[in-house]
Order: sequence, then C-alpha cells, then structure tokens
Amino acid sequence: MKTSLLPTIAHRLALLGYIVFALFPLFWLLKVSVTPNDLLYSEGVRMWPSRTTWEHYSFVLQHSAFPTFFKNSLIVSGSTAIIVTICASLSGYALSRFNFRAKYWIVALMLLTQMFPLVMLVAPIFKILTPLGLTNSLTGLIVVYTAFNVPFATFLMQSFFDGIPKDLEEAAMIDGATKFTAFREIILPLTLPGIAATLGFVFTAAWSELLFALMLINGNNAATFPVGLLTFVSKFSVDFGQMMAAGVLALIPAALFFLLIQRYLVQGLTAGAVKG
Amino acid sequence: MASIDIQNVKKAYGHVQVLHDVDLQIKDGEFVVLVGPSGCGKSTLLRMIAGLEGVTGGEMRIDGKRVNELHPKDRDIAMVFQSYALYPHMNVAGNMSYSLKLRKTAKEKIAAAVASAASKLGLDALLDRRPKALSGGQRQRVAMGRAIVRQPKAFLFDEPLSNLDARLREQMRAEIKKMHGDLKATSIYVTHDQIEAMTLADRIVAMHGGVVQQVGAPLELYDRPANLFVAGFIGSPGMNFLDAIYSNGNVTLKDGTVVALPAPLSLDDGARVTVGVRPEHVVMGGEGAGMAASVDLVEPTGFGIILHLSLHGLAFKVFTLDRAALSAGPMVHVSFPPQHLHVFDENGERCVSRQ
Ligand SMILES: Nc1ncnc2c1ncn2[C@@H]1O[C@H](COP(=O)(O)OP(=O)(O)OP(=O)(O)O)[C@@H](O)[C@H]1O
Ligand SMILES: [Mg+2]
Repeated sequence: MKTSLLPTIAHRLALLGYIVFALFPLFWLLKVSVTPNDLLYSEGVRMWPSRTTWEHYSFVLQHSAFPTFFKNSLIVSGSTAIIVTICASLSGYALSRFNFRAKYWIVALMLLTQMFPLVMLVAPIFKILTPLGLTNSLTGLIVVYTAFNVPFATFLMQSFFDGIPKDLEEAAMIDGATKFTAFREIILPLTLPGIAATLGFVFTAAWSELLFALMLINGNNAATFPVGLLTFVSKFSVDFGQMMAAGVLALIPAALFFLLIQRYLVQGLTAGAVKG
Repeated sequence: MASIDIQNVKKAYGHVQVLHDVDLQIKDGEFVVLVGPSGCGKSTLLRMIAGLEGVTGGEMRIDGKRVNELHPKDRDIAMVFQSYALYPHMNVAGNMSYSLKLRKTAKEKIAAAVASAASKLGLDALLDRRPKALSGGQRQRVAMGRAIVRQPKAFLFDEPLSNLDARLREQMRAEIKKMHGDLKATSIYVTHDQIEAMTLADRIVAMHGGVVQQVGAPLELYDRPANLFVAGFIGSPGMNFLDAIYSNGNVTLKDGTVVALPAPLSLDDGARVTVGVRPEHVVMGGEGAGMAASVDLVEPTGFGIILHLSLHGLAFKVFTLDRAALSAGPMVHVSFPPQHLHVFDENGERCVSRQ
C-alpha cells in the first residue's frame, strides 16, 4: 500500500540512525586498532586510515600478558555467569511460587544490597577476603561477583517465572510429577529465554568489571582483561593502537556468547500453553 | 475407578473462609456436576480433591483412604483445566504421554494408549504438532486426551468447555457424555452452563458462598429446588418470584389474586412467603384469564419466545413456544398452574406439604 510507505521509511531511518549511533564507538575502536602508530596523530580525523596494519594485534597476542588476562576473564565471567544463573533460577522460582514468612524481608534485604555504591564495599570485602586467602585469586573474584549479581539476577528470573502459568506445573503434578520434576521438565525449559538473558547479563557484567578486579588483584597472573587494558596506559603515554586491538579481541567472546544464546532470547516459548 | 468422600471439608485463606463444611459422597462411576455463581468455591473444592490446595478442616477420602495430606501425584486423579494447561514445549503426543512416562510405562504401552486416546478424540493427524499450532477446540481435545490416556481413579473438569464456541461446546458435551458412558469413570465437573449441568450430571451439587445448597438429580433440582437460591439458579430463563401471604392452603398475591395450592403447606396462616414460577410454566390467556401485565420486551429465541413483562411493577418473564406471542399487545394476562408453583418461606427454604 502506498500510504504506509512513508512511515515505514521513517521507521527504518530512525532505526538506522540509532544503529549508527550505537555502533560508532565500536567502529572507532576497530579503526584505531588497525591504524599504524605513525598515522594516528598525523592524519587528523579520518574515517579510515590511508594504510592499515595488524601489528598491534600481533604485538598484543605475542608480546603482552594479554592471553593470560583473557583466559582469566573467561574463567571468572563464565563461572560467575553459571553459578549466578543456577542460584538465581532456584531463588527466583521460590520467590515467584512460594509464600513463606520471611519473603518480604528477604526481598527487602536483596534490594538493600543493590543500594550501596560498590566503592564503599571495597575495603570491607578486602578485609574479609584477605584472611581467607582469596585476594589475588580468581576464586575470590568469582565469589565477589556472584554475591553482587545474585540479587538482581534473582529478580530477573522471578519475573520470567511469574510469566509462566501456574497451571502448567499443577498439570504436571497431577500427571504424576514431583514439584522438582515439574520444575525441571516443564518450567525450566520454558524459562530458557530468561536463563539466557540472565547468563548474558551476568557474563557481561563480570567481563567488564574493573573496580574489584583492580582492588583485589595485583600482579599479572590473576588479572582480568579490564585490568590488563590499563597496562597500556603508562605514566607518559597511552598506547592507543595496542589498547584498541586488545579491546577488539575482548569483544570477541562477548559477541560469541550472545550469538550462542540469542536464539533463546526470543520470547514466545510459552505460546499455546493456555487457551489463547 | 473410585469413590470420593468429602466430609465436613473446610477451606480458609487466612481469615477468609471460602468453603464451609462441605459434605459430599460421590459414588464409584458417578458423574457429579458442581454449579454455582462465580466465586462460590467450585474450583477451590475441585483443586482440593486434586491435592492442589490444602484442606483446612474435615476429611477427604478416595476409595475410603484418607488423602488430606497426599501429594497430587500420588492421588492418581486426572484433571482438565479451564486454561487447558498444555505443555507448550511438547507436541500433542508428548503432552498426552507425559503422565505415562512419569509412571515409567513401557514404550509400546504408551504408544498404544496415546494412539487409542487420539483416535477417540480425532487427534490422530495432529500428534506431532505443538500446542501453539492448534485451534482452541483442538487444544481442548488434547487436554481431554491427556486425562484419558491413563486410567485414573477419577476425572476432574474445571469448566473445560467454557472457552469454546457454542457449536463446539455442544459437540464436546455429547462426546464427554459418551466417553463417560464408555469409561464409567468417576467424574466431577464444574460448569456455569445450565445445559451442561442438566445433560451431563447424574447428580448436581448447587453451591453458593462456599455452602452446598442442594445435591440431587438434575430434574430433582429443577422440579423441587430446596431454596430460593437453587430455584433462581437452575433453569434459564430464571424463575419468577412474587411476594405473597399464605393462608389455609392458598397463597394471596399482592394484587389480591388467590391461588389455591394443590396441598396445604406446613406453615402458619398469615405467613409471608415467596412464590416461584418458572417462565415456561406460566399460562397466557385472554381478557379475564388471570393477572394483567404489560409487555416490556419480546425476545424470539427461534425455538421459543421470551416475554419480559411488568407484573405489579416487578419484572416477570414468560417463555412460550406459541408464535402468537410475538404479536402480543401492550397487555397480556398470565396465570399460574398451582402444581407448578414453588413456595418458599421467609428464610428462603422450600415449604413442604403438611403431612
Ligand atoms: N489464594 C487465595 N487467597 C484468598 N482467597 C482466594 C484464593 N483463591 C481463591 N480465593 C477466594 O475463594 C473463593 C472461591 O474461589 P473459586 O476459584 O473456588 O471460585 P469458583 O466458584 O471457581 O468461581 P468461578 O466460577 O469464577 O471460577 C473466591 O471468593 C476467591 O476470591
Ligand atoms: Mg473456578
């Protein structure tokens, strides 16, 4: 139809505008990462350098501690994402389905933990972790990240469980399932979008966390990549090319991760459960 | 199959009591229909039988065994939900076979049971489909199929047909009746639909405000409603009620009309009563044949005609098969055959004949 053409075009243009706006920093990252050092300051502002190079990448991969940072980040973010998602699934389900006496207070307490600026907590947490031998260790980071992400992830999962009709698990129980079987075989598969969203959220949060990584870790062995990025900043100069190359590399796992879970992020898995 | 005994069962949510001393004995193979206005506790009672709600007081027995504390999975009861509650991530066959899988039934047996249930319900061609690719009627059938694949002790239905269109509902109603004839399964069926209740039930349980008002065969509730609530609830269009005074085997209506009852009632003379008469029992006549009433509205239903009248300023309905009523003038005359009058005392209880 003719009449609907203009709104469609306007809609697409608006989307295009937004995408350009959102992706421009990433493009810039990529651009700088392939710009040879001698051209970085000499060419002025250009959309693409006249000559490109991979030298920053090869330097980062071969001559810096970056592969270690990278591996550490993967371990920390992956473990945190998995542990948090498991905890949040269970607690989110409990908050969504059960009525228990302390529920109100537990929810209030969890909200409370979200209210403090993290900076305030660095010192106490350091004090707690030191005697436990958890400073300067990946395990310590995982524990801290898990603790900070569980409350929000729980609320996230709860909202997904709330969206699943209670009838379904009741039907399963009448069909002969225990509460846990009903949870595992009926509810959990339907919450995959929620689980994917939670995994993604927690993974990226842990992947880019800097404050605690900086405070709890010293030395390169247990550093994660945000900390590692800072090693490119020296007292006298910033090595932008290498830093950007490292940044591009750091994007890869996050991008892969979302590619992996994106098919679960689409909603609508529960369609057809009820009359509709 | 099993009998279900409900003894003095109570249910309260906090301080709100929603079921008061419900007493009901359901015999093996019986088809019992629960009716009542919205919020009267039908679903709650059904869910308590299934084990989905706890019992606040009283005792629930299945086949003589106390089940108050028994988990739903151990009660061996099948339930068809109003929302159907199909598992969206399983296809039709998966939905129907889930209960058998949980019971670790052999694969061949499952396949046979699913196939036979599917052919009974005309679902053979749909076994591979997911629920979202089914129509409302087909989903309803799958929900039924899920219940009948195993031989449960009893079937519970919570308004299973209320989301279907009229024609489909009629067809499914007949199928449920036929199925009950075949399986002879103890069934408890909740509905809002008069016709479903009347046609399906061996016995109807009429509930109001969490209290059982009357239990009996459909025609018993229709012919001899125990109180004003049942009288008004059963039958469509609903019964007409008029205030009257009883004396000496007669009732005197407000306008002075005296109707002689077939038998004297065990009431004091001068007692205030409510007289009920069903729209289909009212007789219309010409001038001088009863009370004059003005016609407010004429509703042809195709099968018959519903006349909305004003009698002594009160709304009053008449149902007739006579097409002549379509052209009824501004005034008609109505009279009540005494044998079709229902008399209720001041407390709304049905008055019995004096022995
Ligand atoms: N979890 C609950 N907490 C408090 N009150 C409840 C709860 N569940 C149900 N009720 C109340 O119990 C009463 C009975 O509810 P129920 O669902 O059994 O009604 P119903 O007869 O099935 O009605 P309908 O015909 O509309 O389905 C209602 O008044 C309802 O408000
Ligand atoms: Mg209900």
